Amino acid sequence: MRYSALALLRGALAAHRNWTPAWRSPEPKAAYDIAIIGGGGHGLAAAYYLARNHGITNVAVVERGWLGGGNTGRNTTVVRSNYLYPESARLYDFSLKLYEGLSRELNYNVMLSQRGHVMLAHSRHDLESLARWANAMYMNGIEAELVSREQVGELIPAIDMSPAARYPVLGGFMQRRGGTARHDAVAWGYARAADALGVDILQNCEVHGFLKGASGEVTGVETSRGRIAARRVAIAVAGHSSVLAKLAGFRLPVTSYALQAMVTEPLKPYLDKVVISPGTGAYVSQSDKGEMVIGGGLDLFPSYAQRGSFAVLQGVVAATLAIFPSFSRLRLMRQWAGIVDVVHDSSPIIGATPIPELYINCGWGTGGFKAIPAGGWTLAHVLATGRNHELAEPFQLERFISGRLIDEAAASGIAH
Amino acid sequence: MMQLPCPWCGDRDENEFLCGGTTHLSRPDLQSSDGAWGQYLFFRDNPKGAHLERWRHTYGCGRWFNIARHTVTHEILAVYAIDGTPPAAVVNGAP
Repeated sequence: MRYSALALLRGALAAHRNWTPAWRSPEPKAAYDIAIIGGGGHGLAAAYYLARNHGITNVAVVERGWLGGGNTGRNTTVVRSNYLYPESARLYDFSLKLYEGLSRELNYNVMLSQRGHVMLAHSRHDLESLARWANAMYMNGIEAELVSREQVGELIPAIDMSPAARYPVLGGFMQRRGGTARHDAVAWGYARAADALGVDILQNCEVHGFLKGASGEVTGVETSRGRIAARRVAIAVAGHSSVLAKLAGFRLPVTSYALQAMVTEPLKPYLDKVVISPGTGAYVSQSDKGEMVIGGGLDLFPSYAQRGSFAVLQGVVAATLAIFPSFSRLRLMRQWAGIVDVVHDSSPIIGATPIPELYINCGWGTGGFKAIPAGGWTLAHVLATGRNHELAEPFQLERFISGRLIDEAAASGIAH
Repeated sequence: MMQLPCPWCGDRDENEFLCGGTTHLSRPDLQSSDGAWGQYLFFRDNPKGAHLERWRHTYGCGRWFNIARHTVTHEILAVYAIDGTPPAAVVNGAP
């Protein structure tokens, strides 16, 4: 069923009883060409691009729980491409460009809102590093604007710009094309579009192990819904990458941490930019529902618990209130955490593993949501062709042996 | 708020501590291969379950110590000296 204004009107006339499920819930087949473990944004996008770009439709997405129930449903929905190094700039800007056409591409409204992403400077050193950052973006062909203190005040009237402000704002820089997208819609849109092309989405299907052939190559997965054979298998499970890697028999340069976020009660439109203050740890935007979405920091110890600690929450709220004192009467409605897969250079891994026919997409750490289209696109490419996509070439597991790291810790937005 | 048992100061709030990551990593000798060196520097077990890690009571006595902690429940399974060996029960795969 194609979604359109006309379809909506037709639905209204039928008292909205004519809508069909957005994707099927098939029984697993015995064998597929490709099985993708993880029904979050990256896994679903990879399945979609396998079908759309490469014509490979005999694909299963194997998800332990429900679609988008991991980090895809636990992030702060920010999209941006303000990275420092050319390799990352190419990858993340490709992703943002795909986001820009995604609603039309998928016939599903992902509610992309390019409202502008503003980074604040609170000291002379912040100003200098933001100038360097904006220049690096220009060198990589991505637009960025340095903004003065006065401009910040005009762009974001909610910020405390008074002389008594706890953290004086001296200026900042903005990526106008940055903004937010609706997280669930991204997962659901890719799922629906992949399903329409013939991909089987298998929910409540947990992987317990890998099937292996005579020369050690992966030949499928053992799941809670039976054995599923596949010529190639991909892992796209973010914080649980090490768990799957252990089942397959290798290790990753990944440590899993809990990254928390929270929303306040909804209020009328008040903040129409994404605002981040790296120095204090405040990271805020307003959702279309009206809630203030506040990104937290990492609990800086390894964790698989999908809840954050109070110590970090307290620090994040304090920083947010110092910059936005007018939020002080808002109540927090929900607080949660996602398990993020942090690697030492805060850059992803998209490509082969030491196990033949097993591929991986992981290492996005605190910033995987913005990269969903590019992560899916490049993973699909290597799964279909056996060769790395040129954008993914620098982001191989091998770099942790060669030492050719792409250190984006400074651009990750969240202190590591 | 999680509390950690500093062997010298007793139970204290987690924000007095700094986690130093996986403990008992030993540096390979300088003639080791790039592969072995990369494994030492970057690759970790990152277990979902019992994890042996070192912590420092940074905003307290400042001393390092080792713990075994469950990475899902955050339960502290054992506390031992920075140069000690972990209790056999934890190493042999209890929880």
